[in-house]
Amino acid sequence: MFKFILKRVLEAIPTMLILITVSFFLMRFAPGSPFSSERTLPPQVMENINAKYGLDKPVLEQYTTYLTNVIQGDLGPSFKYKDFTVNELVSAALPVSAKIGSVAFVFAVVFGVAVGTIAALRQNTWLDYSVMSTAMLGIVMPSFVLAPVLIYIFSINLGWFPAGGWLDGSIQYMVLPVLGMSMLYVATFARITRGSMIEVLNSNFIRTARSKGLSYSYIVLRHALKPAMLPVVSYMGPAFVGIITGSVVIETIFGLPGIGKLFVNAAFNRDYSLVMGVTILIGFLFIVFNAIVDILLAYVDPKIRY
Amino acid sequence: MHFNKNLLTAALLASSFLGASFSASAAVVPEGVKLAAKQELIRGNGTEVASLDPQKTEGVPESHVIRDLLEGLVNQDANGNTIPGVAESWETPDNKTFTFNLRKNAKWSNGDPVTAHDFVYSFQRAVDPATASPYSWYLEMTTMVNAEDIIAGKKDKSTLGVKAVDDYTFEVKLDSAVPYFVMMMGHTTVKPVHKATVEKYGDKWTKAENFVGNGAFVVNNWVVNERIELVQNKQYWDNANTVLTKVTFLPIENQVAEMNRFLSGELDMTYEVPNEHFKRLKKEHSDSLAIKGNLCTYYYNFNTHKPPFNDLRVRKAVSYAIDRDVVAKILLGQGQKPAYFLTPEIISDFTPETPAYGKLSQKERNAKAKALLAEAGYNDANPLKFSLLYNTSENHKKLAVAIGSMWKKTLNVDVTLENQEWKTYLETKKLGNFEAARAGWCGDYNEPSTFTSLMEGSNTTGGIHYKSAAYDSLIKQAIETTSAAEREKLYYAQEALLTEDMPIAPIYQYVTTRLVNPHVGGYAVNNAEDKLYSKDMYIIAK
Repeated sequence: MFKFILKRVLEAIPTMLILITVSFFLMRFAPGSPFSSERTLPPQVMENINAKYGLDKPVLEQYTTYLTNVIQGDLGPSFKYKDFTVNELVSAALPVSAKIGSVAFVFAVVFGVAVGTIAALRQNTWLDYSVMSTAMLGIVMPSFVLAPVLIYIFSINLGWFPAGGWLDGSIQYMVLPVLGMSMLYVATFARITRGSMIEVLNSNFIRTARSKGLSYSYIVLRHALKPAMLPVVSYMGPAFVGIITGSVVIETIFGLPGIGKLFVNAAFNRDYSLVMGVTILIGFLFIVFNAIVDILLAYVDPKIRY
Repeated sequence: MHFNKNLLTAALLASSFLGASFSASAAVVPEGVKLAAKQELIRGNGTEVASLDPQKTEGVPESHVIRDLLEGLVNQDANGNTIPGVAESWETPDNKTFTFNLRKNAKWSNGDPVTAHDFVYSFQRAVDPATASPYSWYLEMTTMVNAEDIIAGKKDKSTLGVKAVDDYTFEVKLDSAVPYFVMMMGHTTVKPVHKATVEKYGDKWTKAENFVGNGAFVVNNWVVNERIELVQNKQYWDNANTVLTKVTFLPIENQVAEMNRFLSGELDMTYEVPNEHFKRLKKEHSDSLAIKGNLCTYYYNFNTHKPPFNDLRVRKAVSYAIDRDVVAKILLGQGQKPAYFLTPEIISDFTPETPAYGKLSQKERNAKAKALLAEAGYNDANPLKFSLLYNTSENHKKLAVAIGSMWKKTLNVDVTLENQEWKTYLETKKLGNFEAARAGWCGDYNEPSTFTSLMEGSNTTGGIHYKSAAYDSLIKQAIETTSAAEREKLYYAQEALLTEDMPIAPIYQYVTTRLVNPHVGGYAVNNAEDKLYSKDMYIIAK
């Protein structure tokens, strides 16, 4: 296992380097600059600003300076939010996305797997059909439609939950965003679980177990659930990263100060250093969570051994 | 407020162009109004602020917060008149040297007195290349002595034309006579900062734990992309008249999300209103809709250096064929007015003249447009084709589609609509890679030059490719003249030349539309620059 982890870390280094390099240059090639504004600035003022942020140097030099700083853990000053460094902005936004994301993730896995299992066990009954058609609705209804509907019902009409805001993550502020964010994943987990569970239940070793006269619930819990979880576990990595990083829509609609919001604003503002900072963070998370999933898979699937 | 009578007379004379009434600022709660027990205001603020440092910002959302945190030489009252801020009075013999007499009871939130030295430091900081202020050009525009050379790095910042005559007398020297200079001192860029705090904490001085200001409020909590909370500054000289105890600014970019939060009672005041919901809001929440004129003009730029708009006849034809009444009254319909000039009518002490083409009926204008286009060689066999660039937004798109169809119908023009995201759009305009492009401008101060200077050749503002020696000379004359009457004439001449050369097609004059909860008192509904001071507002008991 140690060898596996070491291998993963060594693989991660060139991946991160390529990610940093490509996004650094892509960002510079995007039209517009962080400091362009409606009233074009006098050249002297522009020069002063470029000098302050090191943009007057050749791009290659900017790149090496940036890389040196990143290795030392310094993501530089934000070009747009001038009172903050990228480290400060990212470390303030990450806990918000992480908190709301993990709650949504846990909710999606637990609820999705439970619903999917029930549907599989009651295959082709009204329960199966109603659960699965609801799940289909969850998949096809994008969060930018679902979230305003939730707000309209629960905030404006019923007044149960606030229509937005964070307030240090109080529970009443989290309910609607968590629902809005997790419905897609609840539905996806449910469908994956159902499909995989049905396949496992029809396989030979389950038939063997049944012919031995074991009770149905014992078979499901002891024998079927573990192999049925394989595709679910594989999907957990992308789902988690997706929830955290793809939260842009939910964070915008509910006005949450998370990473997704930061990322989108940074891209629109051409805030080079902030875009880079968030890209590096997301890349890092992606690598870490994929590694975790691989380890989990090794645990669940006896065919995989490192 | 106590005034030395002679000084007051001098000040009134010097600023007679303002028609300023020196009414007291701070909240004026009318008799009979019962105040709510909880005096907390929550304001929508459009987007996250780029900074709370007045010398580093350039946007409107930043100005809204900074106005509550820092007090400059002058403020504005509810009607947009310039009134004393830290300066109790001011005088000038020639509109070139200005002496501001500062109030002696003004204090920083840490108890230090606010002195003339603070203003010297802050003004120098604004032009210091090391600060890299995006609005340093604003001081250049006042013609402050040496501002231009300091920004260009040719002179030291200590040579700037500002001086602390004594602790409470601040003097500014200009190269040209600028009679509206005092009014310009209401801008965010020229707000004072506390030297010791800035030097101690550098870029981090605006954080809640470090912040020292001289405004009615101080920063209490700042969560990027969520909220900025301000609480009363107990040291503020007029704190006794501040009613609100807490003001929260929320950076909600999505207009519908902002509206929803207002409707669910989480916001007292929005930043704007989604256009597509206006009619419904007017029907269902008319007591909350607050509409006021705004010092801004919406227009289309023509790239006068490229075909087809290098031909004056084409520019005129295309401009004439826009039915501005339909745009302002039907498509927008919130109180916007048609524009046939760059300077909006709401501006103080100047009434832009509607040019001859603006007085015609649309039918007559269309006839003229057709004739001009035919003369320029375009007809059904050879129709005019061009692209119209705008920054991505539902509102701009709606207008572009409508105006495009007016052109199609009247002139048989083929317009390609091209939308680009904001920064890309700015870059395209800057490089001149457009034929016609949407633009808009809001005044930095309430005087025509903030608009007319946009079209000056040396000012590449918005990348408008218009360069006219005659126009530039009119601008120069207006800055140099010492006669107010002469200046007014020159502004008329500038507008007339713009009508003649038609480098832009003015379209409509903006309004600011907000949802304001009826329990909010003191909302300045007549302030054209939308300079709202939270210290003037209060919450009425239900």
